[in-house]
Amino acid sequence: MSYDVAAVRKDFPILGREVHGKPLAFLDSAASAQKPRAVVEAMSDLYLRHYANVHRGVYQLSLEATEMLEAVRDRVAAFLGAADRREIVFVRNATEALNLLAYSYGRHHLEAGDEVLVTHMEHHSNFVPWQVLCEERGARLRVAPIDDRGVLILEEFEKLLSPRTKIAAFAHVSNVLGTVNPVRELSRLCRERGVPTVIDGAQAVPHQRVDVGAIGCDFYTFSGHKLFGPTGVGVLWGRAELLEEMPPFLTGGSMIESVTIQGTTFAGIPQRFEAGTPDVGCIVGLGAAIDYVEGLGLDAIAAYERDLLTYAEAQLATVPGLRTLGTASHKAAVISLVMDDVHPHDLGTILDREGVAVRTGHHCAQPLMDRFGVPATARASLALYNDESDVDALVRALHVAREVFAG
Amino acid sequence: MSELRELYQSVILDHNRRPRNFGVPEGANRHAEGKNPLCGDHLSVHVRLEDGVIEDVGFEGQGCAISKASASLMTEALKGRSAADAEKIYQAFHDLVTSDPRSEPRAEGLGKLAVFGGVREFPMRVKCATLCWHTLRSALADGGEVSTE
Repeated sequence: MSYDVAAVRKDFPILGREVHGKPLAFLDSAASAQKPRAVVEAMSDLYLRHYANVHRGVYQLSLEATEMLEAVRDRVAAFLGAADRREIVFVRNATEALNLLAYSYGRHHLEAGDEVLVTHMEHHSNFVPWQVLCEERGARLRVAPIDDRGVLILEEFEKLLSPRTKIAAFAHVSNVLGTVNPVRELSRLCRERGVPTVIDGAQAVPHQRVDVGAIGCDFYTFSGHKLFGPTGVGVLWGRAELLEEMPPFLTGGSMIESVTIQGTTFAGIPQRFEAGTPDVGCIVGLGAAIDYVEGLGLDAIAAYERDLLTYAEAQLATVPGLRTLGTASHKAAVISLVMDDVHPHDLGTILDREGVAVRTGHHCAQPLMDRFGVPATARASLALYNDESDVDALVRALHVAREVFAG
Repeated sequence: MSELRELYQSVILDHNRRPRNFGVPEGANRHAEGKNPLCGDHLSVHVRLEDGVIEDVGFEGQGCAISKASASLMTEALKGRSAADAEKIYQAFHDLVTSDPRSEPRAEGLGKLAVFGGVREFPMRVKCATLCWHTLRSALADGGEVSTE
């Protein structure tokens, strides 16, 4: 059955609105994706019919809310191919998941002189926590280089893996370049040397099937809001034996086994990492978002987006003075644009007036901007609800920008 | 398109393409850095201040057309003016770019700087137009770094 994008678009009411009198062409899903009606309805169903605090009450509502939350844990475990539901920790977003790892795993394992290996294409959220950790521990942050196409140089990555490397952290998909990293290969290289791997999957899960077992990594993180779910919920997956050894990140309610004036013993996983009342509504929304993308089929989404990216690349090639940062052969539908003589912010403003929403700026990846010698780019990112008309609107708007700047 | 033309007037496009007073003026004795961490714009303003008069002023850095043109036109407007005048012009400029777009634009005393009236329609771009001014004021005060978000 062919992918019915018109039907998909109807599931996202916001796509029907206008901006500045033009139909909205939403091309910023890599920053945060729009929500299908099913997600909003699942959250409102929880709040209007089942809400109470979870893991606490003995009464019916608390039981219902707890079951709804824990059902999402099962859902996420299956979504990621996790072997054990206890390996799924709910956090606020990928940033929090990565900070949790830097704080809990990192501070527990890193000593002076040790090394953490990241890549030059990381989002600040998978860069700064490791940098701060290294500064604090007297450890060294190593950065694996990328080539001019925006592809990680595997041999260099491998060379930088040393006996002192205690953690290797890398993106599954670059948020700026769209590069899909060879995460299985990278994980294998690390595993052979006993180096634990952390994968930032924020840009991968909305676009392709992910199986952490098949990848062979140790930790995987993502944000719900980029997966068509609500803001305020993210996921940390970690292999149970590693999570079990890790000290808590936040402490307080929900994460204890017993507390006395003399001391506290902590709950097992995943509760040990889920201090305080969780965002039940968002977690339930995330469950609905996963149902939604799995209903369409991750493979069907990936195939559809691949075709749309090919179409977009062909159309964008017709715009004079435009180039794309990130030309990996294996890339997701993220297109970072640089136009001669037009600064990305000016481009963003002009595109907005044409109803086209793109992200402009450094995309929380300043080391990467430096690598390519640009202060910023205008990034168009495609998702499961975009179609050729969105691409056409982008191309039209880029021509308007050329016209405006021609004076 | 008309609002875009209003924003990107030919004077602004011209100053973006060929910024005036780009560089550090000889004898500059005041300077400050201005940054917009959200968008990566970065400029420095250098002033030769003598007896409270801006004898010379220049800027360096990178940014969008609005921020570059604003810095360029600012330097032209301020040469030979007193620091007190600069403060008055800044106030008038700030009032213009942040005023309600439905109101009549007031640009008395702004001269060429009145071309920035179109910024009123684009609240997200006000900080681009004002970054150089905040930086200038910092240079005239005690120097250092300013940041707009």
